[in-house]
Amino acid sequence: MAFLIPVFAMTETPLEIESEVSTVEAEPDKPPRSQWVDIWQQLKAHKGAMVGTYLFAFITIGVFVGPFIWHIDPTYLPQGRDFIDLRDTRPIYTLIWDSQAKVSWAHPLGTDNLGRDALARLMSGGRVSIAVGLTAMVLSILLGTIIGVVAGFFRRMDGSLMRLTDLFLALPLLPLILVASLLFRDPLSNSFGTEGGIFILIVVLIGLTSWMQTARIVRGDVLALKEREFVLAARSVGTTPVQLIIRHLLPNTLSPIMVSATLGIATAIITESALSFLGFGFPPDFPTWGRLLNDSVDRMVLYPERVLWPGLMISLTVLSVNYLGDGLRDALDPRIRGR
Amino acid sequence: MLTFTIRRLVLAIPTLLFISLVIFLLLELAPGDPMAQVPLTVPPEVKEKMREALGLGQPLHVRYWKWLVQFFWIEPKVLIDYAFNTSFSADDLRVISWQTRSPVMDTVAQRMPQTLWVVGTAYVVGILIAIPVGIYSAYRQYSWFDNAGTFVTMVGFSVPPFFSGVLVIVIFSVQLGWFPSIYDTTHRVTDWSSFLAQVNQMIMPVMVLALQITSQISRFMRASMLDNLNQDYVRTARAKGLRERSVILMHVLRNSMIPVVTVIALGIPAIFGGAIITEQVFKVNGIGQLLIIAIQANDLPMVQTLTFIFAVLIVLFNLIADVLYGILDPRIRYD
Repeated sequence: MAFLIPVFAMTETPLEIESEVSTVEAEPDKPPRSQWVDIWQQLKAHKGAMVGTYLFAFITIGVFVGPFIWHIDPTYLPQGRDFIDLRDTRPIYTLIWDSQAKVSWAHPLGTDNLGRDALARLMSGGRVSIAVGLTAMVLSILLGTIIGVVAGFFRRMDGSLMRLTDLFLALPLLPLILVASLLFRDPLSNSFGTEGGIFILIVVLIGLTSWMQTARIVRGDVLALKEREFVLAARSVGTTPVQLIIRHLLPNTLSPIMVSATLGIATAIITESALSFLGFGFPPDFPTWGRLLNDSVDRMVLYPERVLWPGLMISLTVLSVNYLGDGLRDALDPRIRGR
Repeated sequence: MLTFTIRRLVLAIPTLLFISLVIFLLLELAPGDPMAQVPLTVPPEVKEKMREALGLGQPLHVRYWKWLVQFFWIEPKVLIDYAFNTSFSADDLRVISWQTRSPVMDTVAQRMPQTLWVVGTAYVVGILIAIPVGIYSAYRQYSWFDNAGTFVTMVGFSVPPFFSGVLVIVIFSVQLGWFPSIYDTTHRVTDWSSFLAQVNQMIMPVMVLALQITSQISRFMRASMLDNLNQDYVRTARAKGLRERSVILMHVLRNSMIPVVTVIALGIPAIFGGAIITEQVFKVNGIGQLLIIAIQANDLPMVQTLTFIFAVLIVLFNLIADVLYGILDPRIRYD
């Protein structure tokens, strides 16, 4: 994420100064460092954050690129004799302690009770889980930022928007998500297809119930920034409020937004898996990690790997994202940076 | 402080009314029909009568008003009757569940002890572990203890209860056979051995919940201690020649506890919500499991009442946290 940022940082420095500097004889040895370079240095020093970044990138790439290497269709159901031959194979590593186990090199992580390949299902489940996490995070950040900026910038909207935020914070969210996911399931499935409808439903539900923290943080930042001199200067040269928000306020509130964005991915993935686990998420033939976990709980005594792998993937993804968010928070906090 | 509390209490009323309206309207949109289970041979006009008997015939605002009256007026009267053996509510209509055709509150009262036992114990255990861990990690920042503690709390924070719960079941009840995987709610504690059995079956759900609670609170405790350890008053206290023990435990700890206490208060209602999953994993038939069953069975009165109870808890503990903050920290004055 930090690679994309310098674009914003550039808008802060007027171009005239750079040309003036070049006319001066004594040039500094090093070009001035932008704050984003500092942040990147700081982030690189945070071991947990780097491990988290690589792990999350690895999981995401594995899940999205994996199907191009691993060609087995996750929904393929073997028929006839194949069904009996292929179902319930154990992962290949079971051989280490049980040489009699039914394994197959064609299915390194085994198959489920219907003969579907576990690795392919794990990858397709991860695609959905991570896609839900990212989309829901974008939605919640968008909502939170808009509400926070509007509340902080326009005094007239402040009271009502913040009361709305308080009300949302007082709602019992998980029960309401559960109820709403049952409620809107059929209408959305009818208009967008089963998979698309439920994807939209879950993303919107998670987004609608997780924007409050971001809104509060952004509002607080905007309130403080609004009183600073550079905003007054921008106002005095006739910048319109929209330009003021986009060019001057948003780039300065970017760091808390980035931190809540990273942590938001983790929350969204956990909420989605929890919904699927309770049976309120995606349908059974459309596996996500939570759904795979839920489906395998009944047979976990005989086939513990079917519970372990999806659960491990959820936990690792969330753990890596949380570490990344933690490191990002430290790197973006100027009081901690440089220590 | 008193005026602040009163003002907040008064403000809580419109909040709760609005939340109740949201919950009511959301559920009114529900496609589920309580008559869906009635045989098709029953003629439509009879069905209409049954519908009216369930109180569904009236317009929306009348039903909303009736539900409010039942929740805020009749149910408290029933409670008073139960407590003092009076008969205020002799012929009032209570909130009736569509599943069991019995008052919703009675079912809730039956389920409450299980939830409170498991969740309450977990909360206490979590806090008791979290606070010393947080203090020591902050005091020895970046020591091996701190690094290990930070890692464990991060893991506890990230591993969802539906995985950690299943994992401990696989390890401790399937492989090792130490604890039962299903929480037996009919178990009665009568003597020492049955008490031990109760402790035995509580260990796993409590540990799974406590891991989550510990990781949240100890992170807060550590951050709050770190904020305070660099303050000037700590140097002053040390310069006065106070023992390190009393500097940390009397001066720093008391100041650091202020935000932590409010976080603990704010977490109590969230634990009721989070316990939905843990109760489902360990088959504890508490409030959370009741909610899941009610949603699946389209039992609107039950779902409405339960969600609203959760909302009341959240609003109440928000209020308690705010008041506590003012009491603990004399620098904060709301009026």
